Amino acid sequence: MGYLQGFAVTLRKMFKGTESGRVVTTQYPDEKRPKPERFHGRHVLNRYEDGMEKCIGCELCAGVCPARCIYVRGADNPPDDPVSPGERFGYVYEINYLRCIHCDLCVEACPTEAITESKLFEFSFTNRSDAIYTKDELVVGDDGRPQQLPWEDWHPGDDEHTSAWVRATSPSGRADYEGQVAWSGELGYGIRSPERGQKAEGEPDEEPDRDDHGGHH
Amino acid sequence: MIVGVPLPGPTVFGLDPLYTGGVGLAEVLITLFKVGVAFALLMVAVMLMIWFERKVISDMQNRIGPNLAGPFGILQTLADGIKLFFKEDLIPEKSDRLVFKLAPYLSLVPAFLVFAVVPVGGNFSGGNGRVSLFGHETFLQVADPPVGILLVLAMSSVAVYGVMLAGWSSGSKYPLLASVRASAQMVSYEAALGLSLAAVLLKSGSLSTNQIVSEQSVWNWNLWVTWVVPMVIFLIAATAELNRPPFDLVEAEQELVGGFHTEYSSIRFALFYLAEFMNMITMSAIVVTLFLGGPNGPDFTSVGWLSGVLWFFVKLMLFLFFFVWLRATLPRFRYDQLMDLGWKLLIPLSLGWLLVLASYDVAGDRGWNRAAAVIVALAIMAALASLLALALRAARQRRELDPQGEFV
Repeated sequence: MGYLQGFAVTLRKMFKGTESGRVVTTQYPDEKRPKPERFHGRHVLNRYEDGMEKCIGCELCAGVCPARCIYVRGADNPPDDPVSPGERFGYVYEINYLRCIHCDLCVEACPTEAITESKLFEFSFTNRSDAIYTKDELVVGDDGRPQQLPWEDWHPGDDEHTSAWVRATSPSGRADYEGQVAWSGELGYGIRSPERGQKAEGEPDEEPDRDDHGGHH
Repeated sequence: MIVGVPLPGPTVFGLDPLYTGGVGLAEVLITLFKVGVAFALLMVAVMLMIWFERKVISDMQNRIGPNLAGPFGILQTLADGIKLFFKEDLIPEKSDRLVFKLAPYLSLVPAFLVFAVVPVGGNFSGGNGRVSLFGHETFLQVADPPVGILLVLAMSSVAVYGVMLAGWSSGSKYPLLASVRASAQMVSYEAALGLSLAAVLLKSGSLSTNQIVSEQSVWNWNLWVTWVVPMVIFLIAATAELNRPPFDLVEAEQELVGGFHTEYSSIRFALFYLAEFMNMITMSAIVVTLFLGGPNGPDFTSVGWLSGVLWFFVKLMLFLFFFVWLRATLPRFRYDQLMDLGWKLLIPLSLGWLLVLASYDVAGDRGWNRAAAVIVALAIMAALASLLALALRAARQRRELDPQGEFV
């Protein structure tokens, strides 16, 4: 009686839960699940530890973007007051969040780790112009933390581990590179520690406190 | 087997004792009252039914379901209805505007009308279903026309037009495909529906729903009087007629977007939704009336009509739960499977069963040996069934040899 077994299953489910509990629903706005380490959220434009912007206006992010949501224009650095350490800097930088699919390809393309993604996804705007984030809104503040705009709902930890895959120390899977840090420091954070489960060269065995890196260079 | 209950008179209102003494103001008012109560009852029932279905399905899928609007989310349907009411009303440019606007009502009105012939209460063990309402003897049903069951069949046929015209008038391909499916499905299964119903009519000898329920009092339910099979066929055919899962090809989201109501929005969509669930309730009520004795059951209250209403409600809930359970359990049929089931199994089976029942009755009337008559009838049916199976197999073999149909 294979046909009737299904009826027994649904009836049993009415009174019995699954292994993980009575219901599998997360009551979203009231209870929130912890975000994964490599969560893709709203972008931030990072700065070096000396306050210089990392973006060099190369437009690789805009070129790779499958949703065509990034608009970048580079300009030559003013010699007396340079914005970035290189020759050029990102003079216009806009991301349209009505189009962005948070694929993280821009982060992969970026040669200077200027653009990374935070874990913020709870931002809802009420007009189209708010949806287009300008450079002023994307670039991190003087403390190195992302700016918290009025319509954004930041939670503790949303700005940590940004784009953690960048900080996987052995991206090609070769054990030789394990523990070798190849990323630059960030304003407010210094050189971020590697992804969970790995450690940088010369670091103690226990997971270091990330806030310790702040400010020194 | 025609039961010799004398008709009180050839009135269009049927057997309702309310109208035997002529129709005055009081009679009109009582009738209007009954109509109003039935209308309100159905609307509230639909509201609760949608909530009930969502909750039960959630439970079966380890989800929570609606839980924010009112206690246990019971007002969710009301909130949805209000939302739909205030949404923008869109009419596609290529649509046939008049038919497009008419179709939801063609769906909804039959759903309401069917409920008019369902006796929802009354003491059928002695009082023939009569109750006293404002000092007048009447039935607890809006109308009891002598052709009651035919009205049910007629209305379910009219309801096909609602679905068909909605799809056709949308001026859009998916609704059109859905409506083609819907008309084919509903017309096919109406045959099985009608034939299984004929078994009931054969036994009760009347088309009037009140008579059918009276015949079943108190434990003489048609479920066992007609030997179970007609009710099973009726239930399956009713599920197909309602376009409920597993026969919801009309609304197969994966294939047809939303189905026949893809282009509908706002209040017109709400009307279709309302009609769908109302049909479910009325069809369950019809099953209860035809096979489970309607309000019949042991009288356990001192108030005469109350126990009948309660029994009716309990039986109704049984079927409503059954439909929800069916939806949670079974995957959707493929279109050819649906047609196979309807034409090759249900229609022959219900027809054969009707003939077996008839032979039993005829043998009783003529004084023959009933058991022998039934055995002979079953043997003839078995022979016919094997002939049918042979014919189907031959047809299938020919299809396999000539899949394109080139050499027919």
